Amino acid sequence: MIEAKGVKKSYGYRHILRGIDLAVETGETLIIIGGSGMGKSTFLKCVIGLTAPDDGTIAVDGIEIGRLKNDRDWARYRQKIGYLFQEGALFDSLSVWENVSFGLRYLTEIPPYRYRKIASEKLELVGLKDVEDLKPSELSGGMKKRVALARAIASDPSYILYDEPTTGLDPIMSDVISDLMLDLQKKLNVTSIAVTHDMKLAYKAASRIAMLHEGKFLAVGTPEEIKSSKNPYVRQFIDGKSVGPIHMKLRDFDPAEETEEQGRTRVS
Amino acid sequence: MNELFERLGKKILVSFESLGRFAVFVRSLIHWVVSGYFEWKQILIQMLRIGVESMPVSVMTAFFTGMVLALQSGESSKHFLNEPLFIGTLVSFAMVMELAPVMTALVVSGRAGAAIAAELGTMKVTEQIDALYTLGTDPIRYLVIPRVAAFLIVLPLLTVMSDFSGIAGGYLVAKIKFGIAPNVYWHDIIDNMRIRHFVHGYIKTYVFAFAIALICCFKGIETRGGAEGVGKSTTAAVVISMVSVLILDYFVTAILVALGIT
Repeated sequence: MIEAKGVKKSYGYRHILRGIDLAVETGETLIIIGGSGMGKSTFLKCVIGLTAPDDGTIAVDGIEIGRLKNDRDWARYRQKIGYLFQEGALFDSLSVWENVSFGLRYLTEIPPYRYRKIASEKLELVGLKDVEDLKPSELSGGMKKRVALARAIASDPSYILYDEPTTGLDPIMSDVISDLMLDLQKKLNVTSIAVTHDMKLAYKAASRIAMLHEGKFLAVGTPEEIKSSKNPYVRQFIDGKSVGPIHMKLRDFDPAEETEEQGRTRVS
Repeated sequence: MNELFERLGKKILVSFESLGRFAVFVRSLIHWVVSGYFEWKQILIQMLRIGVESMPVSVMTAFFTGMVLALQSGESSKHFLNEPLFIGTLVSFAMVMELAPVMTALVVSGRAGAAIAAELGTMKVTEQIDALYTLGTDPIRYLVIPRVAAFLIVLPLLTVMSDFSGIAGGYLVAKIKFGIAPNVYWHDIIDNMRIRHFVHGYIKTYVFAFAIALICCFKGIETRGGAEGVGKSTTAAVVISMVSVLILDYFVTAILVALGIT
């Protein structure tokens, strides 16, 4: 179980997370939706410990991140969690199988002679075969995502965090990744948190959906509950409308104001 | 006026912040060195990259430097003493104590240092550095220590090669241009050169190696802001490490002179 209480995070004057309270039950897939720059990825980074919250606590299986003291504690903690980066973040200098098995050396006691076999098994789980010796630069976008996913599950984590798993992929490949998430959920019985703005993925793969807006959760519920939500913010986001309470401006300045301003200058 | 002070204050703050991050970086480096986990395979890979890539250019630079030293010193002594004297002594002292260590360090920082900053910078902006953390290791342990270690092993070796290459270049000019007999050139060197002169230059290379590796790795890891950021940090890494080599050269020389290693 992942439990976050009052998590706050700011970068300078920008308050990204303004008090996140969330509990992700074991075995469920929670999908966090929300606009760009609303703090979705920041929250995931707080969970894996890539960035430290300014305030609040995050605990995974009762282990609080703030209390992890040394490298061994961190390794034990991170062994529990697989992280899929938005762009894959595969190591260019290593082959596919070396990428997949990279974490085994640091997170597990598995002897090195088994690495390649484990890499092949995990690659098969994500639907890839005979790509072990290729370099990441030789792979397509969808394949890179799958290899990155294989790397995230290599050390048999109990939790998987997905950072925008379908961004940059075509609709069919996005659907394949959604299926893969469901498939892994069944086969490995993992608990997952995914952040996305892909509503198709959210409806398909989520046990619950949570909408993050300006650093706080506006609504949390099952896909059906979210679909029928009356909250105007949620409605605007899931219907994908530019007009509504969420202001995403077409341009950074108001053309009417601008013209008025220029007019005034001319008169004076 | 206020704006000027604001800008100045901002600049000072940014430089202190950067200095603080550098201190944290060095502390983390010490932590991993003390913990004793070394990535031997990575050290070897980096040694090959830095050493093999930089060898031709550093050897060639030293060879021509030796040649020009011989030419200049031969011409000057001909002018003052009517014959070219002590070319071997001058070339060997200048090369071994000063020029080979400094020029090799400059060439390697331009060649391998830039490559390191660009590689680590790209890794940073594509989240590969973050990925290292999630996979249970640390960029200092996996990326920085192997590069620093490789620099410390390879740069002194390249400098010794440059020593020989420079002296050989000087010999070529002394023989062809001034018609000096080989045994005269070599005796000029052997009669005057002592082990401590070699040690003088050799100690410097370790200081340079450490400075270049540290600066280039730090600048790489600190990269922000996509492709433009990688370009900026690579340029900064090369410029800062080159200037540092020249500044450190003076201070290390002063210390060595004070210690009598000269």
